[in-house]
Amino acid sequence: MLSIDRRTPQGAWELRALGQGELLVCIIVPQPVIAASLLTKKYKEFAAVDGISFEVEPGESFGLLGPNGAGKSTTMRMVGAVSTRTSGSLSILGLDPNDHGPEIRAQLGVVPQQDNLDMDLRVRDNLIVYGRYFGMSLSSCAAKAEELLEFAQLADRKKSKVGDLSGGMKRRLTIARSLMNDPKVLLLDEPTTGLDPQARHILWDRLFRLKEQGTTLLLTTHYMDEAEQLCDRLVVVDKGAIMAEGAPADLIRSYSTREVVELRFGSELNASVAEQLVGIGDRVEVLPDRILIYTDDGDGDLGWIVAKGLTPITSLVRRSSLEDVFLRLTGRSLIE
Amino acid sequence: MTALVGPAAANFAAPKPRRYGSWYVAEHRIRGIRSYYKTLLFTAIGSPFMYLFALGVGLATLVDKNNGLGGTSYLVFVAPALIVSAAVTAAVQECTYPILTGFTWNPIFLGMNAAPLSGNQITNGIFIAVLARLLPTTLIYYLVMLTFSAVPSPLGVLDIPIAILTGMSFGLVVASYISTVEKDVGQPAFIQRFIVIPLFLFSGTFFPLAQMPIYLQWIGWISPLWHGTQLSRVVSYGAVEPGWLTLVHVLYPLGLCIFGWRRTQIVVTRRLNK
Amino acid sequence: MTATETFAPTRPTRPTPRTGGIRALYAGNSRAVIGRGLLATRSSNWLIVVSGFFEPVFYLLSLGIGLGALVGSVSTTTGQPVSYAAFIAPALLAVSAMNGAIYDSTWNVFFKMQYSKLYEGMLATSLGPLDVALGEIFLALLRGAVYATGFLIVMQVLGLNLSWTAVLAIPAVLLIAFGFASLGMAITSYMKSFQQVDWVNFVLLPMFLFSATFYPLSVYPQGIQFVIQALPLWHGVELVRGLTTGALSIAMLGHVLYFVVMIVGGLIFTTRRLRALFLD
Repeated sequence: MLSIDRRTPQGAWELRALGQGELLVCIIVPQPVIAASLLTKKYKEFAAVDGISFEVEPGESFGLLGPNGAGKSTTMRMVGAVSTRTSGSLSILGLDPNDHGPEIRAQLGVVPQQDNLDMDLRVRDNLIVYGRYFGMSLSSCAAKAEELLEFAQLADRKKSKVGDLSGGMKRRLTIARSLMNDPKVLLLDEPTTGLDPQARHILWDRLFRLKEQGTTLLLTTHYMDEAEQLCDRLVVVDKGAIMAEGAPADLIRSYSTREVVELRFGSELNASVAEQLVGIGDRVEVLPDRILIYTDDGDGDLGWIVAKGLTPITSLVRRSSLEDVFLRLTGRSLIE
Repeated sequence: MTALVGPAAANFAAPKPRRYGSWYVAEHRIRGIRSYYKTLLFTAIGSPFMYLFALGVGLATLVDKNNGLGGTSYLVFVAPALIVSAAVTAAVQECTYPILTGFTWNPIFLGMNAAPLSGNQITNGIFIAVLARLLPTTLIYYLVMLTFSAVPSPLGVLDIPIAILTGMSFGLVVASYISTVEKDVGQPAFIQRFIVIPLFLFSGTFFPLAQMPIYLQWIGWISPLWHGTQLSRVVSYGAVEPGWLTLVHVLYPLGLCIFGWRRTQIVVTRRLNK
Repeated sequence: MTATETFAPTRPTRPTPRTGGIRALYAGNSRAVIGRGLLATRSSNWLIVVSGFFEPVFYLLSLGIGLGALVGSVSTTTGQPVSYAAFIAPALLAVSAMNGAIYDSTWNVFFKMQYSKLYEGMLATSLGPLDVALGEIFLALLRGAVYATGFLIVMQVLGLNLSWTAVLAIPAVLLIAFGFASLGMAITSYMKSFQQVDWVNFVLLPMFLFSATFYPLSVYPQGIQFVIQALPLWHGVELVRGLTTGALSIAMLGHVLYFVVMIVGGLIFTTRRLRALFLD
């Protein structure tokens, strides 16, 4: 009986000749790029990551959505093979980071939460030197750097000092740097935090292109719009544990209503007014600064409230977002 | 209450900052110094013991055996120089990083100026804090000198104000330069290595200035460290020198203090007004 | 100069499977860290770099010549009388090796670790912490070698090298610097604030003053002599002084051995700390 078994990070295939040699079966099993099971990281008694499990498929764009302190960055550091897990299992590109740190890191691109560019070097040298850390030859570093400077729209700034770049440019340079080694997986920790709206859109566009080229992305964010823009699938994380998993649209469908009415009556009045709103829509949430009514017919409900003689200072009807999913799951806002 | 407007309101709003502003700034700085007081205290007590032992006892055996100073013991000779040097080191430290930081890394001066404090008051406050640091530093140094029996004359207690004066004269001039620095590219290290250390080594600290060739002696003449040290030697053990020179030793550091102080005030005020 | 000239050509390294242990800490690519360091020196303040050379020279001129006139001649450990300048010059060389190595392995490393996050970026690549440590130590030694050569030339000009063996002071200085750097890096890994880095000076100052730098050890009572002989700087001073004055003795092998042990111990210690710090 003949059996051939090949495994690659992108998947596995098996060829088997069964019985009389007449039947050939070919099975293609896609193998996850990242597989975490009951992954846990404890600092003394405190569990920063508390038994989370997820899998990321090749070419997928996968997000970890949660507030600050949810354990996203710790998870990223474990996946990046720079932090040892306390327990659980973790496989990246089929390898265990406990044994194969350098081999895994050689195939990853890492964009940390805070830019850690080399301030002593100029823009282009930052890329070249980084490529050298992977043992790349100088000529391939130089060629790759040119290509990525174009990609990051920094070609005209290649001789600049890093300190002279704007926040958005630094971020794009960090992303370009993370691509020097043609990574199989790109890890992005809060890629657009702290950027102005225009810089965020430029960055999203660049990340979208990478996604189109088939790069696997794992990103953390506490911005729901970013998660909706970039993630095929995501997990909502809070206090080190996964609260829900799915595609953004599916999560919104399962955990929220179609629309939300936001009402502001002034911080003194919100709570007392909310009592009179019980029964409207599916659910009413009172936040310190506003009231949220979850409903499938926002305009209808708003009309009914006004007709009842309640006049909010401001009112808004919008579609449900991941923010609402998070609020529903944890009782708290994403950005506090 | 009737709302006051115009100059009347101004008088009502800021009488205290106008009068005590310098002290508020000094208080701020002293609170800052307090965060590393352990390090300072350790240095203030440890280094006089170490220097006096190494130079005044260890090295002194070589010099005295050779009768290098013709009668004066090396311990008595070097101790006044050491206390003055310690004051200069501390003053330069307090006159560089706090000012550089206040304008660049952590621009608290801009914040103070947004509160009703003037550039002159900010300058005064920093210098008051320098004084506040020099006083215990030199006092401790003097006490350690006494335990080594390094001060024969009772007038030697004047070593304390002399060291403070010298430290201030050096520090204030450094401050007048540092307050002009727009971008930190290592100026404090530069001052330390090309000004403080050479002056420390060539100002008659370890040996009489006259040991050096005449074409190098000018380093001592312009160095407040030399003037302070010589004055200190006069009061400590009655070193002999012409009276007019002793007067110069007092007037020169005083002049530097006034120059450095006014100059820093002008620079700081101009910079905050920009 | 362009980036291209700074790096030696290298073959691309193919990742080979490794299992835990030292292999998780070391990718055999320290030269990339060295290349980065050489490129980065271009953005450094040259006056500050040059000042590292002048500091011991100022000390030598002031103490050796000015103070030397008061002191006369001094006996080395082997009983050979030498001028005071010739006595302290090798000590200043050893001290500057110590200071340079400690500065590079404490202040510099601390800054890159805690503030500029340079190492964080390096360690996200296939580099391991040991690549970074060895690369940084090499750079520190390179700087040390340049300063030491400069200082020896000054000594030569002033006629303070009394024997041809003075040439051997350069490798001796590197040995001393390596010892201090490997230990310094391990100690830095415990530090949380700049104030703590400041405490390093409290250890250095007495070593600088008391390690037979400015006067022979014989001025101390026997008990104090033993304490000082246990400290590394004394071994460094004696080793370099023996070489520049030509007063060779079998004890110098002991000094060399002291530093070899210090280097090996320091590297093991540093590697452990790096593992705890970066892979936990």
